[in-house]
Amino acid sequence: MTQLAIIGVYLALLLGLGLFSSRLFRGTGEDYMLASHSIGPFLLLMSLFGTTMTAFALVGSTGEAFREGIGVYGLMASSSGIVHSLCFLLIGVKIWSFGYKHGYTTQIQFFRDRLGSNGIGLLLFPIIVGLVIPYLLIGVIASGAVINGATIGTFPETFAATRGGVPHWLAALVICSVVLIYVFFGGMRGTAWANTFQTSVFMILGVVTFVVIANGIGGQDGLWANMQAATAKVAQAHPDRLTRSEMSKFMFTTYLLIPLSVGMFPHVFQHWLTARSAQTFKLPVIVHPLFIMLVWAPCVMVGVWATSATLNGQLIVPPDVRPNTELPLMVAKLAGPVLGGLLSAGILAAIMSSLDSQFLCIGSIFTNDIVLHYWDKKRFSEKQIVMWARLFVVAIVAVTYGLSLFEPRSVFAMGIWCFSGYTGLFPLVFAALYWKRLTVAGAYACVLTVAGMWLWLFAESGFGANANYTFQLPAFGQQLEMMPVLPITVASVVALVAVSLVTSPPPDETLRRFFPESQS
Amino acid sequence: MKYVIWISVVVLLILHQDFWWWDDGTLLLGIVPIGLASHIAISLAAAVLWFLATIYCWPHSAEEAESSTAPTTEGGQG
Repeated sequence: MTQLAIIGVYLALLLGLGLFSSRLFRGTGEDYMLASHSIGPFLLLMSLFGTTMTAFALVGSTGEAFREGIGVYGLMASSSGIVHSLCFLLIGVKIWSFGYKHGYTTQIQFFRDRLGSNGIGLLLFPIIVGLVIPYLLIGVIASGAVINGATIGTFPETFAATRGGVPHWLAALVICSVVLIYVFFGGMRGTAWANTFQTSVFMILGVVTFVVIANGIGGQDGLWANMQAATAKVAQAHPDRLTRSEMSKFMFTTYLLIPLSVGMFPHVFQHWLTARSAQTFKLPVIVHPLFIMLVWAPCVMVGVWATSATLNGQLIVPPDVRPNTELPLMVAKLAGPVLGGLLSAGILAAIMSSLDSQFLCIGSIFTNDIVLHYWDKKRFSEKQIVMWARLFVVAIVAVTYGLSLFEPRSVFAMGIWCFSGYTGLFPLVFAALYWKRLTVAGAYACVLTVAGMWLWLFAESGFGANANYTFQLPAFGQQLEMMPVLPITVASVVALVAVSLVTSPPPDETLRRFFPESQS
Repeated sequence: MKYVIWISVVVLLILHQDFWWWDDGTLLLGIVPIGLASHIAISLAAAVLWFLATIYCWPHSAEEAESSTAPTTEGGQG
């Protein structure tokens, strides 16, 4: 009951914050979807970090470190620290500048304008939306699982079928409702404020959990001695977890491409446009790698310690434990219900700070790229535009919740496929900003190639059933093992460049708008 | 200086591969394996490098657009 009460208080605080921020709402579509370009450096830093970090940053990182060892940090954290900031600097600032100048809200508006083609918008629309949906489902399903796990035994008679825990369907319904309410009323400003609050919560709780677990495992006096004792146990029982000996070196290298997906995430694109000025980007560019380190390094160490930590002579986490339950299990056995409740709130914070942006983003895409684009925009008042955006947000939340009831567990394996698809499209946004020779035919070739390659490799993986699928390339007398993202991205670049070079260059008018410095 | 920064980013990406500590289980301060410590150092170095990039590689053309243009509410061409 303690855990449920803590989660309830946390959700109530979040609702209060969202509703309070709605009092600052200026009543226009631009304010609802972009907070009128008013977001300053700190809010931008927190909302970008909260949006790019999901539940995986807390429970997934611990679970992967439990299975794979310390290499997980290099695989996902240090690489993201370099590549995400690179995207913010090279892509984000320029996108913000064009969005501010030409009034974009969505990626599709930018590409349609840059390439002078309506069709490219139609082609990108299902791909961009389609790749977000599994990502949304992961969040909704995970939130149901977190609350269910935290409340097991609380209602033994009412929810006997779920061992007394709040059932997944009800927990996910509550989370969807809370996110819906603050996104519905607060729009982008409410989302940015909520993300800031939630990001602070999961960062602080991550550190607190680390200290409590280290002290619980070590059995010595003082945190330092406890950390040494916890690591010493691993060195004795599972020394391989302290190295990357089980990891493929080439696959490690190809993983470096995955964080490029941030450059094409539609919800990150929308957050970029909320910035007050170009200067606003400086703080996120610098601090983002540090924030990733603060969250990931403790979680990875806890995951490694979990392989060998014992309590009363018994392993705290059995080797065959269900994936992603390692951290909650450690907390349950070493900390008690109060920290358990706070940790559950922290995990929910990480999940919801991505969900809200994605819901708002899809609502914005439908409003701008379907309703306002294909109907006469002038016939809508600002109030009606906000109404359309809100209606779409409600519809997206309802559809996502409905899909989550089917419990498509394989959707978890889809996460990496979503990222691979967005990374495959990264050359398109990069070329649109930096290569004058990009043509609409080149863009079509790039998008179609990514779609084709993605579908082919996804089918090869048994449609995500084989979670450990890798692409094998015979080279130098051996099989090179790599993430599917590499062949997808290479094919994307080749198609984009080759087709652009053999088709007519874009008109001067387009180049003057998007490359003014080289035209003067 | 701009080129030094971009070359440093490439060097950092190469250092990120750190195959030389792949199988090394040496513990720093008795707590952190060297393979993890090196990547924590890469995160810190990335923050320093991006700080320098905001000084020496900043796209000032973006700010010129800001000072010369009032935002519109148009959503691109139809």
